[in-house]
Amino acid sequence: MKRNIQFREALSSALADEMTADPSVFVFGLDVPDHKRIFGSTAGLLEKFGPERVFDTPLSEDAMTGAALGAALAGLRPVHVHIRVDFALLGMNQIINMISNLRYMTGGQIGKLPIVIRAVIGRGWGQSAQHSKSLQGMFAHFPGLKVVMPSSPQDAYSLLRASIRDDNPVIFLEHRWLYDVVGEVDDAHAVPLGLANVRRHGKDITLVCTSWMNVEAHKAADLLARRGVEAEIVDVRSIAPLDAATILKSVRRTGRCIVADYDWSFCGFAAELAAQIHHGCFKELKAPVERVGFAHTPCPTTRPLENLFYPSAKTLVRAAERLLGLDEMDLSQEKFYTYEVNFKGPF
Amino acid sequence: MDKAEALGLYQKLYLVRRCEEKIREEYFKDEMKTPVHLGIGGEAISVGVVQALPPAALTFGTYRNHALYLAKTDDVEGFFGELYGRASGRCKGKAGSMHLCYPERGLVATSAVVGTTIPVALGAAMASRYRGRNEVVAAFFGDGATEEGTFWESLNYASLRGLRLLLICEDNELAIHTHVNDRQGHEGLLSAVSGFRCHAERADGSDLPAVLEAARGILRKMEKDPRPGFLHLSYYRFLEHVGPLEDFKFAYRKKPEEKELQRRDPVHRFEQTLAALGARAEEIANVRSKVDERVLKEVAAAQKAPFPEPSELMTDVFV
Repeated sequence: MKRNIQFREALSSALADEMTADPSVFVFGLDVPDHKRIFGSTAGLLEKFGPERVFDTPLSEDAMTGAALGAALAGLRPVHVHIRVDFALLGMNQIINMISNLRYMTGGQIGKLPIVIRAVIGRGWGQSAQHSKSLQGMFAHFPGLKVVMPSSPQDAYSLLRASIRDDNPVIFLEHRWLYDVVGEVDDAHAVPLGLANVRRHGKDITLVCTSWMNVEAHKAADLLARRGVEAEIVDVRSIAPLDAATILKSVRRTGRCIVADYDWSFCGFAAELAAQIHHGCFKELKAPVERVGFAHTPCPTTRPLENLFYPSAKTLVRAAERLLGLDEMDLSQEKFYTYEVNFKGPF
Repeated sequence: MDKAEALGLYQKLYLVRRCEEKIREEYFKDEMKTPVHLGIGGEAISVGVVQALPPAALTFGTYRNHALYLAKTDDVEGFFGELYGRASGRCKGKAGSMHLCYPERGLVATSAVVGTTIPVALGAAMASRYRGRNEVVAAFFGDGATEEGTFWESLNYASLRGLRLLLICEDNELAIHTHVNDRQGHEGLLSAVSGFRCHAERADGSDLPAVLEAARGILRKMEKDPRPGFLHLSYYRFLEHVGPLEDFKFAYRKKPEEKELQRRDPVHRFEQTLAALGARAEEIANVRSKVDERVLKEVAAAQKAPFPEPSELMTDVFV
């Protein structure tokens, strides 16, 4: 069935469909069953599946992450939800010392670890430094974790289903601005983990994007098209395992690349991508790979500084112009995405 | 306890002791390249609690896990294979001493980061409740783990939901070299947990019959009234925190009198119990010689076993 739905509903539908298909799937985490339902992404689940399968937790992220592991070891398929990825940091000992290690450390005796940790990431409305991280590079740094970042409703639906069905631990990172995005979702369309997606074709420059940066990249590509530059957009989608082949194939053709990772660039996933692209496309590259990411500071609250902290379509346009040796186009009359259009706070 | 049951328990208790003494004998040959946290003095806790638990009960432990591993699995071959880093190790040499486990035999996981398996045991208890069974799941940990948030978080949640999570505190009063009086700001663990909706018991962990009785007692209470249980068992750590040696020469603790050492030695103590139950010296010696023989054989086998293939480096990351 095909429907035009929001990203948030794609997530709740994926959860409902997996919970219907498999009674061992359950969803838990602080605020999962409250009236706001994690930005609506767990809407309808409590009513449909009851409090034994959809439940709240104490403020005990460390123990609850361990509990997700214990439940998975005992044969269930937990989906643990954090309303901010920053709070998952309290469970990092379990994620990094136990969950990512355990299959290896037991010599494969523990064959399956089907755990999904969903976490909300990214910029909101004055979220400041403790409610706005992304952390995909940090998670992907550790062997034994899969890391997924959907950027469309279809991917939100299909990749969440694939993550729940996967027998490995999966960190599933959702940018909060994406919850409002509407798109066609075909529930019969499966997307396996581990594949990047060329979201827009172009011959002049490749924009390798994660999460929200895909939205900014589309705007940037529209602007660049006006001056005859065709940008190709590759949505990484799966941070780990990484589909390097799709990315390298694109850059070999365009010869120019901007890595736009929704995170800090220094020591981050962007650095990994840039290294692999330089290594894999050394002969074809006409210029060094550009990296676009957060300013290397904690995230500020006040809007003027926040606007400087985060990269945008404008940042991408300027980076592309540098790579292509073009003058800066006039963007003074352009309207860029602003959250104020559909959100007035407080959360 | 009758003599036959006691002799059976003695075999398990002595097996643990013999394996660890063998490690001490072999360790400085530097073939066992894994840090060993020996549990000499604490053997009765694992042997007694495992005896009291339902055989299928899932258990979780720590890096000081040799007694628990052997009591729960009886796998001497996989044990020494693992310590020697051989392909015959239960975890193919990827675990070593600190992460020994045998999920198929109910020792699901152990961990070298203090307090980390307590919430994992909680999750296994949640899973059992999810399936409508609420079976007992056991987590072993040291007194230091009660200073970690995970202990209180897990106790809180198990108490909230009435889960049959048995928390076994193996209290040797030391966290590496730091005494409990320098670490804990309460009047004792039993009173500290008393505000939670849980059962709690204390016993002398050096005394196998006392451990068994306390464990059976708390399990009966948990069966009747589904709540978590907190079992506080004291023991004396005879050796250094990590490694095969005594460490009385360092200032942080004094060597107790010989009589006190004997009182805190669970093997010695239980031999007296056996004698009181009418076991003859040759019956005890017979148990010991069979265990000695088995340990010698498995150590020799492990020393000869091949190391894992190089290809093993990359396996077991993802399925």
